[in-house]
Amino acid sequence: MSKLLEIRGLRARIANGREVLKGIDLDVAAGEVHAIMGPNGAGKSTLSSVLAGKPGYEVTGGTVRYLGQDLLAMPADERAREGVFLAFQYPVEIPGVNNMYFLRAALNAGRRQRGQAELDAQQFLKAVRERLKLLDIGDDLLRRAVNVGFSGGEKKRNEIFQMAMLEPNLAILDETDSGLDIDALRAVSDGVNRLRDPARAIVMITHYQRLLDYIVPDRVHVLADGRIVASGDKTFAAELERTGYAYLGDAA
Amino acid sequence: MSDSATANRPASNAPSAGLLEGIVQAEGYKYGFITDVETEDAPPGLNEDTVRFISAKKGEPAWLLEWRLKAFRRWQTMAPPDWAKLDIAPIDYQAASYYSAPKAASGPKSLDEVDPELLKTYEKLGIPLGERAALAGVAVDAVFDSVSVATTFKDKLADLGIIFCSFGEAVREHPELVRRYLGSVVPQGDNFFAALNSAVFSDGSFVYVPAGVRCPMELSTYFRINAAKTGQFERTLLVADRGAYVSYLEGCTAPQRDENQLHAAVVELVALEDAEIKYATVQNWYPGDENGKGGIYNFVTKRGACRGARSKISWAQVETGSAITWKYPSCLLEGEGSTGAFYSVAITNNRQQADTGTKMIHIGRDTSSTVISKGISAGRGQNTYRGQVKVLSNADGARNYTQCDSLLIGKRCGAHTVPYIDVRHPGAKVEHEATTSKISEDQMFYCQQRGLTAEDALSLIVNGFCKEVLNELPMEFAVEAQKLLAVSLEGSVG
Repeated sequence: MSKLLEIRGLRARIANGREVLKGIDLDVAAGEVHAIMGPNGAGKSTLSSVLAGKPGYEVTGGTVRYLGQDLLAMPADERAREGVFLAFQYPVEIPGVNNMYFLRAALNAGRRQRGQAELDAQQFLKAVRERLKLLDIGDDLLRRAVNVGFSGGEKKRNEIFQMAMLEPNLAILDETDSGLDIDALRAVSDGVNRLRDPARAIVMITHYQRLLDYIVPDRVHVLADGRIVASGDKTFAAELERTGYAYLGDAA
Repeated sequence: MSDSATANRPASNAPSAGLLEGIVQAEGYKYGFITDVETEDAPPGLNEDTVRFISAKKGEPAWLLEWRLKAFRRWQTMAPPDWAKLDIAPIDYQAASYYSAPKAASGPKSLDEVDPELLKTYEKLGIPLGERAALAGVAVDAVFDSVSVATTFKDKLADLGIIFCSFGEAVREHPELVRRYLGSVVPQGDNFFAALNSAVFSDGSFVYVPAGVRCPMELSTYFRINAAKTGQFERTLLVADRGAYVSYLEGCTAPQRDENQLHAAVVELVALEDAEIKYATVQNWYPGDENGKGGIYNFVTKRGACRGARSKISWAQVETGSAITWKYPSCLLEGEGSTGAFYSVAITNNRQQADTGTKMIHIGRDTSSTVISKGISAGRGQNTYRGQVKVLSNADGARNYTQCDSLLIGKRCGAHTVPYIDVRHPGAKVEHEATTSKISEDQMFYCQQRGLTAEDALSLIVNGFCKEVLNELPMEFAVEAQKLLAVSLEGSVG
């Protein structure tokens, strides 16, 4: 198949605020992992928010095609059910809602959309056990309320676990490495690597090159001042690490 | 929050058309239908003759008529309480009718004898009496308007010596028990609405669990208001003798109305030594339209007395209906080591107003109480938690823990917490925690990003917020309550 995600001239601003994305062009094919890097304030998180349909942003121009559909025309929950997954930089706590219950509700919402039968409790548990094994994580997180009282590392692992359960076509990882110590980073990265799939595209947004040592991307893009100003293969990241973003500012 | 503070004022119930004003079409209410059953109503108005009419209709003994009349005379000297944070149009107590009964009221002996119209009503509510009772193992004493029309599982309970019947039947069959306990927890003159109820109560439920008996099933009663312009005055009396245990479920839903309906119920619980009573309520009466017109006025006095040592009473309520809710299920902790609990979820949406909470009165030594209140406000709803913790001077070792959480949905609603703490013992431990939060856009987006619709996301977050209370409900009620929370908040997120 051709491009899973096609972004053309995407412009967006914070509602009633300044323009943050000033014409993004990006193609991502199924099976690829893309890294989007850049300095603070470049628009990285805005891009992930706009793709996921978070309220509070206004698209002022451009198009986004996802599996041939107009992504921007869909409400956030529909995008999710159509297979767009966002791993949050700051996963949100939902007190009193059991993690498993939440995940089953989410999973079955997607299955209903695709015309598949909902999973009953037993089928769901079986799927959970398989993913836990795949990601080599314990079941201690499952009995707790969604993200409540989780450490930073636990929250990020929970995001990846959700991704494993929901099996998205497009996974956007928003600063998934932020706040992780080296062991947690390794564990989360191993999980993501196991979820690489010929049918799945992964877009990683990160400030730091070190994540790319663990999840090796097919393509690396530099986002600066709302535009992609440079792109390259995986060796490009190492180059950036040496030279920094500063020269790109001059080039842009 | 002294209920009797208003008792000395002159009665000044100026007639008003307020009760009859709201002629509105509200199509959103799922249970809004009216069953066409011929009724034999009392003429509108309230005086001593009305009280005599009711008592005579029910074939009551002289002592009970006297008891009613005493309450009525007391009520005439009282004025409605005005301390609650409720905006209530004046109620014309002379405009309502105080008795209504299905016409063929000779008392059916089986479901076959029950008016098919009534059975249809239950079906619309999803309460097929026989099946539901058999499937869920729940005994149902269904109250339709003022006369009990069907009772199930009675024989099974009777084998254990448990009495579960309509209040009217209890008066006939077990007058000594009724006479001993009626008004012993909520006296006739306790407050304006309790006095009104004592004078004109229609019917209700009576439960007696003998010493040492553990009631093997949840007891359930469904109340339903139907006849137009008829106030509903339920009276419930539940006694758990020494070492007995009983769990009681009360669920309410009412048909759509075009005027406000007055409801003033009284529930009295008595727990003797080592007895335990769990009383759960799901209240889903018509709340009025989005402008607040047409909903039920719900003034309820619920109180339990932990008379014996180590006795326990627990109230759990999910309040989603009614235009106005005035309700403070309370515990009198008299017995040494007795325990009281109050778990509450109250939702106000659109123009609903709720002023609800509890009173925990620590009288005996080593008494303890727990209060968990979850208030949810949406639309233009106003939600007040009003609770009193009182520790008397002899209550050595008394402990209370109170937690009041409020959740706001939208910008036009209100949440208020009014705790009254009155401690007369230096050793008492009283804790009060209160929080107010808004459903955050981040929480909503997180759920939606995982594929949940806005409605499902809201329902999930709200149910999580109420978890500690829902956990206190019996399983089948908890499921019903969760659905109810979602329905009650429909349209509150855009």
